[in-house]
Amino acid sequence: MNVLGLFVPGRSVLHRLPAGAKLLGLLALVTVLVALDDHRAGLIATPAAALACLCAYPATGLGLRRPLRLLLPLLPFLAVIALFQTLTGDPWAALRVCLLLVAAVLAAGLVTFTTRVSAMLDLFERLARPLAPAGVRPDRVALVLALTVRSVPMVAAAWQESRDACAARGLPAWPHLTVVPVIVGMIRTAEAMGEAMTARGVD
Amino acid sequence: MIELRDVSHAYGDRPVLRGISLDLAEHRIGIIGANGSGKSTLARTLNGLVVPDSGTVRVDGRDTRRDPRAARRRVGFVFSDASTQILMPTVAEDVALGLRRVGLTADETRSRVDAVLDRHGLLDHRDHPAHLLSGGQKQMLALASVLVTEPDVLVCDEPTTLLDMHNARVIERTLRALPQRLVLLTHQLDMLQGFDRVLVIDAGRVVFDGAPDAAIAHYTALMDARAPSTEPSGLREGPGERS
Repeated sequence: MNVLGLFVPGRSVLHRLPAGAKLLGLLALVTVLVALDDHRAGLIATPAAALACLCAYPATGLGLRRPLRLLLPLLPFLAVIALFQTLTGDPWAALRVCLLLVAAVLAAGLVTFTTRVSAMLDLFERLARPLAPAGVRPDRVALVLALTVRSVPMVAAAWQESRDACAARGLPAWPHLTVVPVIVGMIRTAEAMGEAMTARGVD
Repeated sequence: MIELRDVSHAYGDRPVLRGISLDLAEHRIGIIGANGSGKSTLARTLNGLVVPDSGTVRVDGRDTRRDPRAARRRVGFVFSDASTQILMPTVAEDVALGLRRVGLTADETRSRVDAVLDRHGLLDHRDHPAHLLSGGQKQMLALASVLVTEPDVLVCDEPTTLLDMHNARVIERTLRALPQRLVLLTHQLDMLQGFDRVLVIDAGRVVFDGAPDAAIAHYTALMDARAPSTEPSGLREGPGERS
């Protein structure tokens, strides 16, 4: 379950909150944690925020596996950041930066898991409305974002197919063998999707 | 009623439709033909996806060249590869996409989407990522996404080609039960039983127009006469991009 449209249905308070409120809350939380001037306060507030976000997962019916899966890919980056910060001087700053990243990722995950993509797109459409006098079409902005989200698994599938095709012919999946078929395939897919959009009146 | 008058079309210097004139008013119409015969291009002219180089296509009196959107509102189109027809991340969102310009409230949209999903056995999947559905479910979603806009006519371009026998039969049963007029392009000739009319397309022309059994017999004879060899060199040339 991730940002690619894998919203987890539920009836918690977070699920019922409007997408705008949740994004604003996320922005406020991260801004406050980053802007805290007092180092000692930061070292208390940041782990508290991370812990609160972590506790919010089971409280909203999301369980504990999802946040752990979110954090797992972050670990190598945290290790590098912690090492760099420690070597350049302040191990407490290293701890604070790492906890800040953990809190931010957990909070962003909460927003993602409890918000439908359509709600997010409606929000972006509303946010783009002030740009309409400049020639920007808000519905197009939302559609482009939706298609971008939709395209990610398609690209991943095309990549996997290309690798499988190499493997089936006993070849290693060298980039020069896999990239071209993926690009050609995606161009054809884009053409087909454009035709489908036209057929469905989304032109 | 869809009227085609002297419709011709070419991709580059390769003609794919040659002077086709038809009145399509029957409830169930089948179109068959070999790969590269021009049947997909013909189908695409019916809802303005392809505007012919010459000739006219009118849907309920409206010219697809002048008003393609009106044609598309009346004529829904289902492609053979559902994956490229699904445009939104989740099942319900994809079905709702077609209703964005209809001017419904959020509640009305939701209720129409849920009704269509329920009718096509997808309600339990409404919030699921569309790309994780099975092939049959994806084709059903593609069908539901078109039907939610309530078109008068549905054009299906080989909707069962990529499906296994079970899913193909489910789609076939669904298509047969639709109240809409149906134009079906298929290589699965048994799907045409009970149809009102079947057209056989060859080299961009309608070479037979009649009852299903007679059309299938004509098509079979045509293919038998054309494929004396089972060697790979006997394969027909592909359409390149599209037939």
